[in-house]
Amino acid sequence: MTRHYSAFSLLKEGLRGQKGWQPAWRSPEPKPRYDILVIGGGGHGLATAYYLAKVHDIRNIAVIEKGWLGGGNTGRNTTVVRSNYFFPESTALYDLALRLYETLGRDLNYNIMLSQRGIVTLAHSEAEMEMAARTVNAMQINGTDAELFGPEDVRRVLPLLNVSPEARYPVFGGVWQGRAGTARHDAVAWGYARAADRLGVDIIQSCEVEDFLIEGGRCRGVKTSRGEIRAERTGMVVAGHSSHLAAKAGFRLPITSYALQACVSEPIKPVLDTVVLSPGTGTYASQSDKGELVIGGALDRVPSYGQRGNLPVLEGVVAGLLEMFPSFRQLRLMRQWAGIVDVTPDSSPILGESPLPGLFLNCGWGTGGFKAIPAGGTLLAHLLATGKHHDISRPFDLDRFARGRLIDETAGSGIAH
Amino acid sequence: MQLFPCPFCGPRSESEFHFGGDAGNHRPEGFRDVTDGVWAAYLYERNNRRGAASEIWMHMACGEVFRMERDTVNHRVAQSVALGKGGGNDGMAH
Repeated sequence: MTRHYSAFSLLKEGLRGQKGWQPAWRSPEPKPRYDILVIGGGGHGLATAYYLAKVHDIRNIAVIEKGWLGGGNTGRNTTVVRSNYFFPESTALYDLALRLYETLGRDLNYNIMLSQRGIVTLAHSEAEMEMAARTVNAMQINGTDAELFGPEDVRRVLPLLNVSPEARYPVFGGVWQGRAGTARHDAVAWGYARAADRLGVDIIQSCEVEDFLIEGGRCRGVKTSRGEIRAERTGMVVAGHSSHLAAKAGFRLPITSYALQACVSEPIKPVLDTVVLSPGTGTYASQSDKGELVIGGALDRVPSYGQRGNLPVLEGVVAGLLEMFPSFRQLRLMRQWAGIVDVTPDSSPILGESPLPGLFLNCGWGTGGFKAIPAGGTLLAHLLATGKHHDISRPFDLDRFARGRLIDETAGSGIAH
Repeated sequence: MQLFPCPFCGPRSESEFHFGGDAGNHRPEGFRDVTDGVWAAYLYERNNRRGAASEIWMHMACGEVFRMERDTVNHRVAQSVALGKGGGNDGMAH
């Protein structure tokens, strides 16, 4: 059976009629007991299991997923990876993710189609240019790449952008991060799943958590639709459904769940070879390898667990796109969808032990979880393996809310919610 | 587009409304008696229920503040009651 992916194995299997490929992962029955259990088979959950096995050499692990792998926000995001945040704590976190993404294809032996095509965040006024300069300075001081773009630079990377002085949001320049870009979202989930499975991790799909097993004030595992599964430590990596499971575990979180929607156009020839975000229009876009324009914007302003977007926000996002790129107005939309995102008051994630001992959290990524998958996995794996924080995850503990040490990226990097 | 029922204006577009948090999230009373944990719970922790939820909303067009009972999965609204008419209070100490 062929396991390793390479040009040679592709040729070999091509000659043999593609019949020798090993399935990418097994579908085992859940065992009654594991050392570590991860709830949630999205990118963060699968990455957690992979790093537990790879870095910490713990092999008796299961990932349980109520639906299918990567069927939540991992398969619903707009595939952008970047680390253009303001605070040092955030740069340490998101740049760790970006650095891991840079070698992930090789590490996993799976093509995640990383394309570091750069992102430009536009500035639409003199005042916004001042803030752009501040962001660039902060990013450089925090040790990641950033460049302040003037109008000429923007015109160079975005020839189709409406930069006329009469534009509703005239372009003064922007913040450029050249190492940012896109990666294939499904491939990230599948690559981690395949690599984790090969290290002995049990990946169990269609297995929904019904309740927690709490004994002596400690989480001892979960009761699922496929029976009880006990574990020494449990990680909860369920994004927009974190509050729902937390209620079963007996605590509340500083999280509100909203629908975040995105859409793609019909595929066209290459017209946009970078990622562009406009705070003025509230729209961002990139072009996929298939040629579709991938378009996103702000949250629906109605708390929701229904995985579909509302019309007012879709209308605003599309209007913003057409304001920026008038030449796109004849394009047809092909698909539109939404994922349920877990928004915290400071737009920063929560990593650490929950109020229920033995249960650890990786949540609160809000609108930007995909870009952080390798870091979220690394840091939760560290927490689950050692019971202690990694230096990078410490500031993101749940205790920051009672201590008043918020990492306010809502204000810092202007996340639009 | 969804229509939300404003108790004063009747059904209006969802884009005219502003979400105001959980109903019943009352500001803790007593300056010295409020611990960091209690204060953080009031400021930050949310019910964020999947399914039936009871929330404070404002209709920005007319300024009416009300409690709305709705389902967060299928978005069906069961009830909206003005705070002044038995809907409770907005959680602030006045």
